[in-house]
Amino acid sequence: MYKYKMLSCALLLAAGLIAGTTVSAQTTMQPAGSSASGDTYPTAPRDPALKPVFEQFGSKPGLVALMNDFMDNLMADPVTRPFFQNADREHIKAELVDQFCVILDGPCTYTGKDMASVHRGMNVDRADFNALVEDLQKAMNKHDIPFRAQNKLLAKLAPMNRQIITKP
Amino acid sequence: MHKFRGKKMLLVGALALAGGLVSLQAAAADGGDPADNVSGKLLLTGGVSQIEGSAGGGLTPWALIGSYGTQGQFGANAFYTRVNVQDYHLDDAGAMFGIDNRVEFSVAQQRFDTEDVGAALGLGRGFSFRQNVIGVKVRLFGDAVLDQDSWMPQVSVGAQYKSNNQGAILHAIGAKSDHGTDYYISTTKLFLSQSLLLDATVRFTKANQIGILGFGGDKHNSYQAEFEGSIAYLLSRNWAIGAEYRQKPNNLGIAKEDDWYDAFVAWAPTKHVSLTLAYANLGNIVIKDNQHGLYASVQVGF
Ligand code: HEM
Repeated sequence: MYKYKMLSCALLLAAGLIAGTTVSAQTTMQPAGSSASGDTYPTAPRDPALKPVFEQFGSKPGLVALMNDFMDNLMADPVTRPFFQNADREHIKAELVDQFCVILDGPCTYTGKDMASVHRGMNVDRADFNALVEDLQKAMNKHDIPFRAQNKLLAKLAPMNRQIITKP
Repeated sequence: MHKFRGKKMLLVGALALAGGLVSLQAAAADGGDPADNVSGKLLLTGGVSQIEGSAGGGLTPWALIGSYGTQGQFGANAFYTRVNVQDYHLDDAGAMFGIDNRVEFSVAQQRFDTEDVGAALGLGRGFSFRQNVIGVKVRLFGDAVLDQDSWMPQVSVGAQYKSNNQGAILHAIGAKSDHGTDYYISTTKLFLSQSLLLDATVRFTKANQIGILGFGGDKHNSYQAEFEGSIAYLLSRNWAIGAEYRQKPNNLGIAKEDDWYDAFVAWAPTKHVSLTLAYANLGNIVIKDNQHGLYASVQVGF
């Protein structure tokens, strides 16, 4: 009897958490006029719920400073360096600032390319993707961005793996 | 005497937990070093080694494939776990390897020491049961970490074959076999926006006290579905706290068996090392009720 009480408690807890998350995902993932489908997916949509996170990132100047360290980390990391060493890194940083700024509901517009076409042909695999995420985590730690705020941004970036990872 | 030791263990557990949480403040500021990038998974997303050697929490397997190898990679790790309750202790060591983020193989050996209870039961002081476990796990679908735009969890199935070295004693206490296989299905999801990881596992088993007391019994001798669950809250890249629950069957007439619980703190200073400290409540074990104490585990890997 007791056992089943515990079981149903645990299930309820799990169900509640899952339901809570999907509801919030549904309400926040409705992009305003963006085509969030398949290959033409330009970037993650603006999420008004993340406005406070934008402030935790230090608004736009914070993002600019963050991207400098992020790119330094990418160049110091033997996994990611080969991808970036011949690229226009100043341009990528500027696009990343706009991209993150939009996702976090900042006053910016993303004018860069869509994620699928920009990363096509690069042969990015999961290990490369995870390495880049870690380099970003390290940069965010260096800028004292709270861990929970970091994860809110990463939760928006993680699904982009489907456009970016092209090597099985 | 037992009461006193129990209190002492509890205190040690609480202090260790508190110590862990305090030193967290210091570690939260760490920058990590680029050399961590040798293998492809994110920190703490491989889980630790659960008591039967599979990747998971301390008590229950997760759908995650163990080790930090990811797609197209191979990773391995080894663990040692010690569980100390008032009247018994368990030493547990093993290894696992994960291939291509798809399949995980594991081996573990558990040594359960009956301390003074062994003498009381006429088996001899420090009489111990040894059990070997061979595990395999396959990820069916889903990605617990990357699929952050859907609620779809990562789902894996697994099996743990166990064989116990004390067949004669096990038969004498009413167990039907000295070996058996558990089958499980695990669903795990990281809710990154909430920094929360949830796991729900259903295990089909005949094992008495995870197999330490054999398989099947005079009361039941068929497979039963048991629920196991974990919840973990990520505090930083390197620290997580959480709790677990493991439902257990009750097959033996001579000794009732209780569900297990724990509350843990896990620390992964780098990808190559993790330490887990838990306070575990194991309930009744044979003639001793209310067994609880410290669970400590170290895992090293590449
Ligand atoms: C969620 C993860 C990622 C995001 C949000 C992201 C975002 C971006 C953005 C906004 C640009 C600039 C687009 C433009 O020029 O219009 C870009 C370019 C680029 N990305 Fe990514 N990226 C991600 C993952 C990766 C990974 C894993 C790699 C390789 C390891 C990578 C390699 C590159 C390279 C080399 C360029 C420059 C391409 C060029 O100049 O033609 N990216 N990325």
